[in-house]
Amino acid sequence: MLDLHGYGPRLLEGAGVTLQLALLSLLLAVVLGLITASAKMSRSWLAHRIATLYTTVIRGVPDLVLMMLLFFGGQIGVNMITDWLYYQFDIDIFININEFVAGVVTIGLIFGAYMGETFRGAFMAVDHGQIEAGKAYGMSNSLVFRRIRFPQMMRHALPGLSNNWMVLLKTTALVSVIGLSDMVRVASEASKATREPFTFMIVVALIYLLIASVSEWIFVRLQKRYDIGYGEAD
Amino acid sequence: MAATPIPLEVRHIKKRFGDTEVLKGLSLQAHKGDVITLIGASGSGKSTFLRCMNLLEQPDEGDLYVHGEQIRFKNTRRGREPADWKQVVQMRAKLSMVFQSFNLWAHMTLLENIIEAPIHVLGKPKKEAIEHAHALLERVGLTARANAYPAQMSGGQQQRGAIARALAMDPEVMLFDEPTSALDPELVGDVLNVMHGLAEEGRTMVVVTHEMGFARDVSSQVIYLHEGRVEEAGPPEELIGNPQSPRLQQFLAPKY
Repeated sequence: MLDLHGYGPRLLEGAGVTLQLALLSLLLAVVLGLITASAKMSRSWLAHRIATLYTTVIRGVPDLVLMMLLFFGGQIGVNMITDWLYYQFDIDIFININEFVAGVVTIGLIFGAYMGETFRGAFMAVDHGQIEAGKAYGMSNSLVFRRIRFPQMMRHALPGLSNNWMVLLKTTALVSVIGLSDMVRVASEASKATREPFTFMIVVALIYLLIASVSEWIFVRLQKRYDIGYGEAD
Repeated sequence: MAATPIPLEVRHIKKRFGDTEVLKGLSLQAHKGDVITLIGASGSGKSTFLRCMNLLEQPDEGDLYVHGEQIRFKNTRRGREPADWKQVVQMRAKLSMVFQSFNLWAHMTLLENIIEAPIHVLGKPKKEAIEHAHALLERVGLTARANAYPAQMSGGQQQRGAIARALAMDPEVMLFDEPTSALDPELVGDVLNVMHGLAEEGRTMVVVTHEMGFARDVSSQVIYLHEGRVEEAGPPEELIGNPQSPRLQQFLAPKY
């Protein structure tokens, strides 16, 4: 069997970091995606412009570059503010951008843009008559959203959503460059120390695969749930 | 009787789509127990007129009163809009609509469709809503289909289910938008029978329809629209039995 040279517990910890990072980023991405989709479909010119700018910038810049820009650039920005506070008001504070938070924010921002497009397409696929029926029965816009638009939209969004999630999961590997001890960073440290990169990378690959397989199973279940009421051919 | 407010009244409704004026000042009063049918060729504006009554379309001009309460409008950059959407939402809960394409919510069973708005809009207790729903399902002959999804039902069953959903709101007025036009001919009868029953028990209804038999037998008033105007209006025996305008005569003439 594989000899992990005592790195097993640290690898597991790293896997925990990866999973937490991925799940929190997903949550942020879904929220941002729903906001972006609503903004793009809204009648407000400004909301539409802002959402378009957001998706264009995010989708046009490599993930790794964005992550470093946000992490290092964010720290420079925070330092400038604290310096200014010190010189102006003699207030001495130091804020260090936490790697985990930076990772969640960056990945959430990146995938929010992709989710926005996924959700927009899904919202547009909902039959307008379904929404009109809600309105005609005295439902407010928020009630129509919760009870009709969202559940019907999810059915169309899930294939794209699951795709985005798989890519997001693997994108978390990038956070090792900003010093977060995720599973990839632990494995690469262990590889260097033991000079057995293959051993550690195969373990990492298997753990990713395991998470991905479990996710697929969950998405199949979700799809079944949201497909209720629709014929199989549809 | 004189003291009770009129369930639904619209005055001088005008509506434009782009440069085309589709409604050129239409009025209607639905008193309690009235069955008013709107007839006319396609493009005459009858469906748009009906959709203005619950503000699924926004009229550009004209007034709307539901149970004596006037709906307030304001002018915005985008055109005329209701001043208070809360008022609109409350108003819509008093008028329930039956659509041409049924529009039962596809992700809910028939029973869930019927109890949805009573619970979430009217705030009815769930148990009560379910009991009421079962009574309505029996009435429209769909007791056995309570747990079916719309996609599993025939068009006629869906439309009768949609009527049950409308009744569950205990509406002041029921609006029907060509309720039988999307149905296979052999399924039309069941739906019309249900509507017949509703008229007999004194429901106030406004019905857009192509079913002249229904208009003749059931309505208290028939309004014939042509290009956004009332061409002729009156009790069915006069309007259908003895049409005055040449257009209406032609409209009513047997097609084959």
